[in-house]
Amino acid sequence: MRLPLSPEGDSPRRNFLMVKAMDTIYLDYAATTPLEPRALEAMLPYFSERFGNPSSIHRYGQQAEAAVDTARETVAGVLNCRSEEIVFTSCGSESDNLAMRGVLAALREKKGDRWLLTSRAEHHAVSKTAEQLSDQYGFQLEWLEVDEFGRVRPETVARALSDQTALVSVMYANNEIGTINPIREIADVCHRAGVYLHTDAVQAAAYLPVDVAALDVDLMSIGAHKFYGPKGVGALYVRKGTPLAPALTGGGQEFGLRAGTQNVPYIVGLAEALRLTAQEREERSEHVRPLRDRLVGRVLEEVPESRLTGHPETRLPNHASFVFRGVDGNLLLTLLDGAGFACSSGSACKTGNPEPSEVMTALGLAREWALGSLRVTLGVQSTPDEVEAFSKVLPGLVKKARSLRAVQA
Amino acid sequence: MKTKVVVAMSGGVDSSVAAALLKQQGYEVTGMMLRLWSEPGKEDSNRCCTPDAMALARRVAARLEIPFYAVDAKEIFRSTVVQAFLDGYDRGLTPNPCLICNRQVRWEFLLDHALALGADYMATGHYVRLVAGEDGQRQVLRARDRSKDQSYILHVLSQEKLARALFPVGEYPKTEVRALARQFDLPTAERADSQDLCFLGGEDYRAFLRRNAPGRFTRTGPIVNRAGQVLGRHQGLAFYTIGQRKGVGLASPIPLYVLEKDVATNTLVVGDEHELGRSELVAERVNWMNGAPPAGPFWAEVKTRYTAREAAAVVEPLDGGSVRVCFDQPQRDITPGQAAVFYAGDRLLGGGLIT
Repeated sequence: MRLPLSPEGDSPRRNFLMVKAMDTIYLDYAATTPLEPRALEAMLPYFSERFGNPSSIHRYGQQAEAAVDTARETVAGVLNCRSEEIVFTSCGSESDNLAMRGVLAALREKKGDRWLLTSRAEHHAVSKTAEQLSDQYGFQLEWLEVDEFGRVRPETVARALSDQTALVSVMYANNEIGTINPIREIADVCHRAGVYLHTDAVQAAAYLPVDVAALDVDLMSIGAHKFYGPKGVGALYVRKGTPLAPALTGGGQEFGLRAGTQNVPYIVGLAEALRLTAQEREERSEHVRPLRDRLVGRVLEEVPESRLTGHPETRLPNHASFVFRGVDGNLLLTLLDGAGFACSSGSACKTGNPEPSEVMTALGLAREWALGSLRVTLGVQSTPDEVEAFSKVLPGLVKKARSLRAVQA
Repeated sequence: MKTKVVVAMSGGVDSSVAAALLKQQGYEVTGMMLRLWSEPGKEDSNRCCTPDAMALARRVAARLEIPFYAVDAKEIFRSTVVQAFLDGYDRGLTPNPCLICNRQVRWEFLLDHALALGADYMATGHYVRLVAGEDGQRQVLRARDRSKDQSYILHVLSQEKLARALFPVGEYPKTEVRALARQFDLPTAERADSQDLCFLGGEDYRAFLRRNAPGRFTRTGPIVNRAGQVLGRHQGLAFYTIGQRKGVGLASPIPLYVLEKDVATNTLVVGDEHELGRSELVAERVNWMNGAPPAGPFWAEVKTRYTAREAAAVVEPLDGGSVRVCFDQPQRDITPGQAAVFYAGDRLLGGGLIT
């Protein structure tokens, strides 16, 4: 069944359980999304009557195992791979950790390769893992520079590769600035040198095709809650034959790569949410893109000293991100929340200690710009009215934030 | 529309209960907490805004189901409060940073943020009472719990600020505030009261001065008595406070006290207990709670330190925003840089900085 997703049609909105109990308009779909009701429905039996452990011999176990296997097939179908190439994890970060730690440990054992290349604009799940692997586990780390849009250029990767390189990790789409990386081109460069490529597709999976054959990646991470699935479940694609040591040891679940009893209802939820995302990808993109474009236009037009961050075109269709000169991004978020708009920022810190994020710094932005970042991300429930209301309120709030506090370089 | 109040939260029991009471009274309450300055590398020891204190304030807000925001005030706190603290010691004073914090950070910077967020009022957990006077002006009264009264610090507020202020815990004794915290099931109910200056992190201020203004305060000089006799050498005037006995470093058969710090000659004057005490002081930059100085001299009870007992005195307004205060009895701890604060019974009249 296909759902109408026209901006006027209210059915996609009605289809979601997210209760608008708060009178705050949600514009932070890159942080997380509400659970798709059809995914919730699919999950429910596995909390109650179908509670079995997939590893058990009896019929309860078989029922649960069948659910996990079916989910794996569904995910493999969307990713265009074999189901034994899918490992379920607890989240996108765990998938990133398994990919990086797993490949590096296995390759050091096998060939002695120690180098890891990753970009300066990665999510912390990758960058902090890379730092620890370098600081505490004896691996060599090289940061790949990004261009002014936060993009990793294939030439940059090519220049950095050596015969000691074990793994390259470059995100598919950036969570803070929405920029999409040329993953296929980077994969070509890596494979010519016989190096494995991992991509963190956590932010990308809600809107971009996640066809691993087309992307030609060796490992790819996803997390369900970014595409209307539940929090607390993710998956890692591992191309058959890729050396990988388990990061979590114990029982033989997940092909011996990720011990621990599978979280059956959440795995079922991930698969259903991903299936629907793939099925409705075009419609969802067509819904958010014009809204996003309108929002970007209005903001850049009406807020003085504002800039779009990330690539103007090669970016996620629901993603808008800005910097405003001389604004404390934290304060702007506080004012926005007070005015009824839930957004996010690259310098957001709940303890009021703003520092520009690594991504903002990697873009080469001066501090007085980098501190004033704002991320506005739309979802299937976003409406033209919401974008209009936001666009109306933002210029005044930026002005207010500037007058309350002069942020200096 | 409900009346909106921003509560300045600290992660302590008083501001938590203030928020809970206002919520119970039907206000639309929002919590805000200042992220203050700490010395680089000592961010975890600031008494009021450590990550722990902020986490606790956040838990309180969640418990009360109110929104909560942290506001970055590091730069303004450093450039006003900390700077004035260092400058004050430079000028031979014993500054009281809480006064500056309340005037410039809490009741200006934070209040501006609260108003920007659409608040009608800002509340704190201070122990004072606020009542409407016959002329429509707001009068500050000492807290019901005299032992917790904080009106001394709030003498810096103008009528304009007071019109925006709420002090919900001022009517309660501290024990009852703790009991209320338990009743409201607040995680801060058993949290110890804070005592010292927040940015000192429990440390002696002398070490802070040495680290943050090296060389500035360590100019040694003579220690003399009233007769001008040199008794020894001091380590730098900033390291001594009027009335101080311990740590002066003189061998003497009778206890000697710091009487005076003469910045012009870099001299520390000491004497015995009988020499301690003055009957008169001049205070400057006086703030009158009702906005204007009285026409002439008047009797008042005057406090010369936050912890001092009030003493009877005649307060005489002088030109240029100063007053002369003449006490009935000599006062031991009159210390330049601290505030002299005037009361008529429970009512706060005003105060200024002792010169």
